[in-house]
Amino acid sequence: MTPPDYEYLRKLLKDHSGLDLSADKQYLIESRLLPLARKCGLSGIPDLVTKVRGGSSSHIAQVVEAMTTNETFFFRDKVPFDHFRDTMMPEILKARAARRSVRIWCAAGSTGQEPYSLAMCLKEMSTALAGWRVEIVATDLSQEVLEKSKAGIYSQFEVQRGLPIQMLVKYFKQSGEFWQVNPELRAMVQHRQLNLLHDFSQLGAFDIIFCRNVLIYFDQDTKINIFNRLARLVEADGFLVLGAAETVVGLTDTFKPVPERRGLYRPNAARAAAAGAVMPRVAAAAAGR
Amino acid sequence: MKTCLVVDDSSVVRKIARRILEGLAFTVIEAEDGAKAVEACKVAMPDAVLLDWNMPVMDGFEFLIELRRMPGGDVPKVVFCTTENGIDHISRALNAGANEYIMKPFDKDIVAAKFQEVGLLALDVPTEA
Repeated sequence: MTPPDYEYLRKLLKDHSGLDLSADKQYLIESRLLPLARKCGLSGIPDLVTKVRGGSSSHIAQVVEAMTTNETFFFRDKVPFDHFRDTMMPEILKARAARRSVRIWCAAGSTGQEPYSLAMCLKEMSTALAGWRVEIVATDLSQEVLEKSKAGIYSQFEVQRGLPIQMLVKYFKQSGEFWQVNPELRAMVQHRQLNLLHDFSQLGAFDIIFCRNVLIYFDQDTKINIFNRLARLVEADGFLVLGAAETVVGLTDTFKPVPERRGLYRPNAARAAAAGAVMPRVAAAAAGR
Repeated sequence: MKTCLVVDDSSVVRKIARRILEGLAFTVIEAEDGAKAVEACKVAMPDAVLLDWNMPVMDGFEFLIELRRMPGGDVPKVVFCTTENGIDHISRALNAGANEYIMKPFDKDIVAAKFQEVGLLALDVPTEA
């Protein structure tokens, strides 16, 4: 790829998705865009760049999708799901005992492995959650990725990475070489297309937000901006979960790390009160709960 | 160092499995059918068994039943590794005391993930995107 083409794509991705590629990520662009060029019936990346430079909106959208789709697997990194089961949910179960509802947002839901992993965790604690309203909202930039998540159909390869075999047997239905998440689990997850660069206040308040392995692609100002907007959506006693390579430290004081729980953050009460950041449960009220 | 008994009638599969498992710091012992695997377990119980299903002489399922009856035979973590990918086979294996189940084809990531799952491997440093 020529340096001007690379610079052009870098800027395009930054403008459309906030993806902030460093100067040495040619290989990443090439590895993602060559399959796309082929899929579009083009001879290679130069032709694809020509289409994009020509302003073809469908090609632009596909380039953005191809570059922002990240590998994911069930129970990725494991530890956040242990925190979910052992730290976050026990607190939420107590704190919401009167309201009996829990709302969870997967802000980079991707192809569904994370939201369905959370749904499985919740199913495993269904006795404690009997009579509760449980909502998981999965959002992603990419419509194509969301469609896959909605379908909940995974290859044999995908279901073997991170998913314990007992969970596969319990929560999936086999269909030839593929495995589909059972309808009960699928019904627990709502899907919405969403660009984190845009306003997301319409989603309403959440008890727990998983926002993992997406902010690493953004520049510092964008990260700060997103953290501040996330802080307005998470309940004052709620949680934010970041990826292993991500932190709020040094960027914002709207969240503070939970001691000895890596990747786990809570809204900073002092800061939130000062900013008047605690939101009413708009969506909950609108839904008549 | 932990030991893993690889039971498969294909020498090619045993070789691939050996390379993967040695990469994960296991000492590997090989057996080409269930009966030879039983003999190996009588000599020394391994920490793990990577177990094919369809083999001559004694198949993987029969071996598992036999193993779990042996003194100390409840100790090894048994991970099936087979082309039998139907839910019926998986359920039978789990009911008979298998700990995990790999559907072939497999690669290093899958073996590592499954071995982590049953506590044979420490958790990785979390992956970066």
